[in-house]
Amino acid sequence: MTEPVLSVKNLATHFYTRAGVVKAVDGISFDLAKGEIMGLVGESGSGKTVTGFSLLGLVDAPGRIVEGSIKLNGTELTSLSDKALRVRRGQEISMIFQDPIATLNPMLTIGQQMRLAIDAHERLSRRAAKARAVELLTQVGIPAASARLRAYPHEFSGGMRQRVAIAIALLHRPAVIVADEPTTALDVSIQAQILFQMRDLARETGTAMIWISHDLAVVSSLASKLAVMYAGRIVEQGQTATLLRDPRHPYTAGLIASLPATARPGTPLTQIPGTTPSLLSLPPGCPFAPRCDRVTDRCGIDPEMTMQSNRGWRCFHPVGEHNEIGA
Amino acid sequence: MSAFLSINNVSRLFGPNLTTGEKIAAKLGSKVETRSVRAVSDVTLAVRKGETLGLVGESGCGKSTLGRVIAGILPPTTGTVAIDGAPVMESGAKVTTRVQTVFQDPFASLDPRMKVGDTVAEGPIAHGLTTKSEARSYVAEWFERVGLDPVWVDRYPHQFSGGQRQRIAIARALAMRPDVLICDEPVASLDVSIQAQIINLFLELTRDLELTSVFISHDLSVVQHVSDRVAVMYLGRIVELGPVGQVFGTPAHPYTAALFGSVPKLVLDADELVRFDTIEGEVPSPLSPPTGCYYHPRCPLASEICSATQPLTQHVSDLRAVACHHFELQLADDFSD
Repeated sequence: MTEPVLSVKNLATHFYTRAGVVKAVDGISFDLAKGEIMGLVGESGSGKTVTGFSLLGLVDAPGRIVEGSIKLNGTELTSLSDKALRVRRGQEISMIFQDPIATLNPMLTIGQQMRLAIDAHERLSRRAAKARAVELLTQVGIPAASARLRAYPHEFSGGMRQRVAIAIALLHRPAVIVADEPTTALDVSIQAQILFQMRDLARETGTAMIWISHDLAVVSSLASKLAVMYAGRIVEQGQTATLLRDPRHPYTAGLIASLPATARPGTPLTQIPGTTPSLLSLPPGCPFAPRCDRVTDRCGIDPEMTMQSNRGWRCFHPVGEHNEIGA
Repeated sequence: MSAFLSINNVSRLFGPNLTTGEKIAAKLGSKVETRSVRAVSDVTLAVRKGETLGLVGESGCGKSTLGRVIAGILPPTTGTVAIDGAPVMESGAKVTTRVQTVFQDPFASLDPRMKVGDTVAEGPIAHGLTTKSEARSYVAEWFERVGLDPVWVDRYPHQFSGGQRQRIAIARALAMRPDVLICDEPVASLDVSIQAQIINLFLELTRDLELTSVFISHDLSVVQHVSDRVAVMYLGRIVELGPVGQVFGTPAHPYTAALFGSVPKLVLDADELVRFDTIEGEVPSPLSPPTGCYYHPRCPLASEICSATQPLTQHVSDLRAVACHHFELQLADDFSD
């Protein structure tokens, strides 16, 4: 495999709140190759958004990256100054957020906002900047793009607004885009259009993506590999198809089994008992242990990631263990 | 088919609330919005006793408005809703407690300054289902029924997680001993692992209490799981209605087919990325809906008649109806696959 564009090692981001230390992200590692889409799945509070913010250096006090390394195209991001990071942000790595109303400035036209984003990193003539903006808007599927540059965000529908946000994120052809639930607020038919386009864009432009979502079905239709987060850790990672067909971590297995799509209509769904733990008072050992039906005394120690050809899981008693020899 | 919950020719319009000045300005030809939105347009449905009817559609299709009209929260502009022959509303006011609602957001639907036990007890006390002195044990019973610890009645909403709050909201609705339960996106704001718990609770309670229910959701897999029949809405109209297996299996309306096609599916045994179809374009503005069939600008089967006349609802079978000029084409297509 070629050198990954993004390599994250043992990243930990903690928040030092008055109530205690919240270990929002606690030692995660993954690599991302050129043009690859990775799905980052988890429930609310599992640390997936904080992971995205950490990659862009957007974690604000009381939070900070306490450990680990983020290498983007070979450059270590965690040791860069704010200024140096700012040059890279938007140019080499950019982010798309869930709510495009909150990301776009309601007082500026789309054209003005795209111009600002271009000017932040490049000196282009008016004409060249406009051409770039039109090209990208067209690429993300906005009809009559050059006329729409004069429109304000409120003149666009939710789906169109999100496309504008995506076009702005793509302006400088970043190596990596972090997309944080960008289709969650959209209707299914619009979501499908955008997912489809993002897949093509990643292939055409070679931009790698981290697609953060709580929806397994969405990421499974988009990402070639998955990382499942629970309580600040990646508890399982691997190729999408393998991971879904043959989940090893009991949490992943439980998540898949709890989806209505996997059950016969009208029958009770398999449910994971309990709720996600508060990150302030995590039980010692495996954080999933209190909800897990495979728990033993051994789970009092936090399991390390077990790697096995391209995939990994953090569990002492993985599902389907009997398939293995000598494990 | 005997209808327990009957919705007859219900329409609901929302007009702009114009001030006198604006009305004059409009008369003088200034650009004041005077059009109204037909959020629900001539909907007729019959739900049998004990049946769960799923209501699906994209945002803005009128499913929540219809839910609110059925629940007696919003008066219909025209048409009536009746439970077992008795009207839900009379001259704009709700006159029955036999229909109750569970809303999407349990953070917004519970009073943050009231103990949850008091919230649940309020309705039953007001309507004489229990007395003030017995309210505590009455509520405790319902708490247990929905899987909450009865000692929690003295807590406030912020002390509960989203899933627990939704259980409280369900307890509040059921404590009124309704015959009909309207659930408006009850699991949409919950985490996946919690969704399953609430869906299971819903299935168990509707069966045990013999509730008739309308389950509104944009999540087709959830609707498919809990419903007996499903109604698909588009721009305020019901375009297809039928038993859930039939509608999901062989959709008769091209919109239904496209909607199901565009949902990302979890395919557990795929080696390649799953392809899914997309519907072209967006839902038109309900302020100025297209002529004829509302779906025709996006429809692959559209012909001249579709832009000219609105298709009537036709009964394909006893339980199944569709409003499309070309539903035979759509069905034929499916069977030839």
